[in-house]
Amino acid sequence: MNKRMTTAPAIIMLVIPCAILVAFTHYPAIMALINSFWNNASSRRPSRFAGTENYQAMLADDRLAQVLVNSTIYALGTVPLAIGLAIGMALLVNSRLPGTAFMRLSFFLPTMLPMIAVANIWLFFYAPGIGLASQILGIFGLPSINFLGQTETALGSMMFVAIWKEAGLFMIFYLAALQSVPTNLKDAAKLEGAGRIRVFIDVVLPLLRPTTIFVAVNALINAFRLVDHVVVMTEGGPNNASALLLYYIYEVTFRQRDFAYGATLTVLMVVLLGILAVIQFWLLNRKAHYQ
Amino acid sequence: MTFCINKAISFSAAALMGVSATALSAEDLEFYFPVGVNAPAVATIQELTDEWAAMNPQHTVSAIYSGNYEETTTKALTAANAGDAPQVAVLLSIDLFTLIEEDVILPISDIATSAEDKEWMAGFYPAFMKDGQFEGKTYAIPFQRSTPVFYYNKDAFRAAGLDPESPPTTWKEMIEVGKALTLKDANGNVTQWGTRIPTLGLGGAWLFGGLVVSMDDVLTTETGIEARMDTPATVASLEFLLELANEGVMAPGGNSWGDTPKAFLEGQTASIWTSTGNLAFIEKNAEFDWGVGFLPGGNGPGAPIGGGNFYIFQDTTEGEREAALDFIKFMTSPASAARWSIATGYVAPRPDTWETPEMQAYVERLPQALVALEQLPFAEREFATFQRAKVTQYLVDAIESVVTGNAEPAGALRKAQEGADSVLSEYK
Repeated sequence: MNKRMTTAPAIIMLVIPCAILVAFTHYPAIMALINSFWNNASSRRPSRFAGTENYQAMLADDRLAQVLVNSTIYALGTVPLAIGLAIGMALLVNSRLPGTAFMRLSFFLPTMLPMIAVANIWLFFYAPGIGLASQILGIFGLPSINFLGQTETALGSMMFVAIWKEAGLFMIFYLAALQSVPTNLKDAAKLEGAGRIRVFIDVVLPLLRPTTIFVAVNALINAFRLVDHVVVMTEGGPNNASALLLYYIYEVTFRQRDFAYGATLTVLMVVLLGILAVIQFWLLNRKAHYQ
Repeated sequence: MTFCINKAISFSAAALMGVSATALSAEDLEFYFPVGVNAPAVATIQELTDEWAAMNPQHTVSAIYSGNYEETTTKALTAANAGDAPQVAVLLSIDLFTLIEEDVILPISDIATSAEDKEWMAGFYPAFMKDGQFEGKTYAIPFQRSTPVFYYNKDAFRAAGLDPESPPTTWKEMIEVGKALTLKDANGNVTQWGTRIPTLGLGGAWLFGGLVVSMDDVLTTETGIEARMDTPATVASLEFLLELANEGVMAPGGNSWGDTPKAFLEGQTASIWTSTGNLAFIEKNAEFDWGVGFLPGGNGPGAPIGGGNFYIFQDTTEGEREAALDFIKFMTSPASAARWSIATGYVAPRPDTWETPEMQAYVERLPQALVALEQLPFAEREFATFQRAKVTQYLVDAIESVVTGNAEPAGALRKAQEGADSVLSEYK
């Protein structure tokens, strides 16, 4: 079985993945870059080379500035909270409490629902006056809050949905990681007189670090990738308070049909994600090994 | 699925009637339609489509529900750009300029050229035809047309000691009446607001247009290159929206379009401003006595005309255009339009529809249905320009930033005007 593979079949095998990579990743990215230097032509506006006009428009775009702030708050808010919640839930379902099977199911359920369905459910929860959230506030004699209709609460309300949806998936990873923590390490720590909290902080948590990095990478990608709930719940409003970068790109490109500016924004997003990816790989290489 | 059912129906119909389908050209039509109101609209459209297919067994038609208005436009344009346009679609009347600029639709006046066709086209209310016309050609045929009306809870009026037969007609009255209608619980929390005007998104911009009309101005003209966002009328309109919230008559913050009828039905608000297309939904679900009136106005009555028109796409064969035109004629015929109007509340777009026995009986049973028609002489076209989605967004941002307390009316509208001008200057 040690026969060396000749070059020909190797090339054939490489052609398919390369073709897919080029067709769906590189070609669109390069086209976006090229389009970003042209104007948005139509039957009534002739096509012309725009140079850096689109980029200048981008720098002067107030909505984009707001969207970038939103996206940053969204990522910084949802990622740590979802991870924290996931660890908490994993510890809970990993314990010997009764009813863990039921808890696992209920924690994981939001993950299994499609985001569009989740968004519609939460739309009803948040509806001012008639929604579940308002009813609960009403029990305590508090006024109903127009969660999705106020700039102060709209983004937070979206983040809450995202955390609720994502934490269950991350819990599964943490549950697997917790179950692979060797008991002899914990026993040794206990023999040394460490309490439960000390064992968790000094033994369990460091062993969860590779999982945390993996989950953090995924959560960060999702923070940019998932915008279904924005479309269903607020369409970025009110006053762009809940617009995220990918949603803004969708709106500019397909609703406003400004393909040139959409391409420019896409270039921005690719660059931003590229920078994030470099940072994450650097972190992964540095922190994920424990030999 | 729809496609299969239609095919089966048309085949069986052909077999039953013994029509020789070979003599006529057979066309497959795709028909995109949106639903913008809370009504069993999909079922009614499907029934009407099936009937046309049964009457024309040589053709097939698949009615494709494509989401709300904006989603349907996006879908139709994307399909057209990809070379797979539907033959016929119901899209927003205000998307006319976008569709012309994208070069995807045909003037229907170029297809409907016979004397009989011309007579048919002249049979629609001119107010509904106007916003489908550009540069002397008619691009669109009115179908689900509406104006917003003022729905109010008569029981709430009686409880507040108000006359349930005289709803407020001016902004001033709206605030006075609204104060009387607003109820609070022991904790001081509002349990029933005086009124609710949707202020978010495209629905918010639509109603805002009505406020402006009632101040004797318009947001837009038929040229498609004019946006009048920063005028005394728009500033006064936005200040009125703020005043409603400041006087405690309307919930502060933004009000969504979709939740508005529900809030009314749940008793969260004693009155709402929403499309007449929600009439059937309100009638079916209201557990209280309710009435409909003109929108209260600034200087006088005023409303925006809204809704969707039929468009025929360019990427079609002669035969498909003929079939599509026949389909549109069927859908807007008195019998079909009466059913559609009764199922939803949309204003039947032709006077002859209102004369059918069905409509006469309907109006007898539900006189509220007449209000939108009576309001039509006071209504103006909805905001529409080239690059409508982009330009309207400036207006939407201005309204939303003011009602959420992040900007002042005058400043926000000036900014919106600058944005709109920068886009539209390319066309001047």
